[in-house]
Amino acid sequence: MAEQSVPFRGGGFRPQTKRGVGVVVFVVLLLFVEWGTREGWISNLTLPRPSDVGATLLDLAQSGVLWTHLGPSLTRLIVGSLLGVSAGIGIGVLIGLFSYVRAGLVPVVAAIFPIPKIALLPLFVIWFGIDEGSKYALIALGTFTPTIVATYGAVDNVDRGLIRMGQSFGLSWLSIVRKIVLPGALPGILSGLRVSLAIGIILLVAAEMLGAEYGVGAYILQAGSLYDLERLFAGVVILSALGVLTSWIIGKFEKRLLAWRA
Amino acid sequence: MDLTLDQLTHRYGDMLVLDDVSLRIPAGEILCVIGPSGCGKSTLLRMLGGLEQPDQGQVLQGGEAPEGCLNPLTFVFQDFALLPWRTVAGNISLVLEDHGLPKAQVDQIIDSVLARTKLSDFRDALPRQLSGGMKQRVAIARALAVNPAVMLLDEPLSALDAQTRELLMEDLVSLWARQPFTAVYVTHNLSEAVRLGHQIAVLSRRPGRIREVIRIDVPLSERTPGLPELGALQTRLWHLMRDEALAADQELVHG
Repeated sequence: MAEQSVPFRGGGFRPQTKRGVGVVVFVVLLLFVEWGTREGWISNLTLPRPSDVGATLLDLAQSGVLWTHLGPSLTRLIVGSLLGVSAGIGIGVLIGLFSYVRAGLVPVVAAIFPIPKIALLPLFVIWFGIDEGSKYALIALGTFTPTIVATYGAVDNVDRGLIRMGQSFGLSWLSIVRKIVLPGALPGILSGLRVSLAIGIILLVAAEMLGAEYGVGAYILQAGSLYDLERLFAGVVILSALGVLTSWIIGKFEKRLLAWRA
Repeated sequence: MDLTLDQLTHRYGDMLVLDDVSLRIPAGEILCVIGPSGCGKSTLLRMLGGLEQPDQGQVLQGGEAPEGCLNPLTFVFQDFALLPWRTVAGNISLVLEDHGLPKAQVDQIIDSVLARTKLSDFRDALPRQLSGGMKQRVAIARALAVNPAVMLLDEPLSALDAQTRELLMEDLVSLWARQPFTAVYVTHNLSEAVRLGHQIAVLSRRPGRIREVIRIDVPLSERTPGLPELGALQTRLWHLMRDEALAADQELVHG
């Protein structure tokens, strides 16, 4: 029998970084919509022209209106999620470390997690005032529960062998927590943060839609009630950009803090 | 410092893992513990180091720890247990940081143990950059840094390939020759046991009982891989263990 080369049947099933593909897909989609709206087979009631949305955005930025809306939104997002995330990491670590705290709080967290936080806004208005307080509280509570769940999961996943090692060298409890448990849980905490902050942005907009003079949410609501699609989409683009930005910032943190993983 | 095991008995649930184990580990000698898998060797070692409590019996330590000893009973683990986010030097300083030593002294200890384990060039490397053998040398350096009275080695070479194992055995022998230490060395590898042990304790299959304690009189430095005496001893150990190992292999795994 003649010799044949062995057919190759390995490979695949391994995600690889393909630079630029994301941008190309994005641009193609936009061009497609632009073409459709110009040709008229996408009516201007269905989708606005991407170029018009761009022009609206540019106009927003030049007139300074962008900043009157973005400023309060960013403040709310930063203050609210800072409160929620730091409390969430703190309590998550306590749940991870102490069995009593775990037994007591995990059911509470499970009960709070699925509540649509936006339903509690009227209550928060009474508790924390109609101004910024209720919005901070809403975003804080919304980021709090997912951060707890991610944090105690991350603490649970810290290699017990490393903790045994710490004990076998007589390290103090505090040293073990500070030098072994927390750094070991950091990757899990950071990836939980991505989810928490995305939820934070969703709640930010919801809170602003329900009662705010300025803010990206208020801007979108206004545009929506006037059926001004260009402005509506301009607001949506700002939100997407906010999401990409937070994700990028966390990515930077991961690169710095988790360089040892590589 | 020497250690005495006094009638240790231990169960996991209602499964007896160690049954009335008594042993003496004299100062300045290496005791190897061998036995088929699942005979409770590692449990025994964890009890020696105070990481686990026996149901009955006790572990006694006799004599004073050497001067400057920061952690009398010090482990070397099979999986190295290095912190991946700390450099080689950082992993060693981890075990010194709680003792409030001046920085100069910490640096001096790190330099000295790195030199003894031939790692001086890798001070700032991260564990992921090191081979398995190097990682275990870092773990040994870390153990030496606290100047232990007794080293407890839990299958330290089992995760390494045969060549690296051979090199590390030579390293251990030369470390011992330089400064004799007390050690308990748990392994399932008979050739490691006959190379490194002054005494070899053979444990039976579950429940672990001491079957025999064998003394080897050949000095560590004269034990070479091909030495006929060691070969004969290894064959004898294998005969002692063979049937047990076979039975252990065919047992169903419980839990």
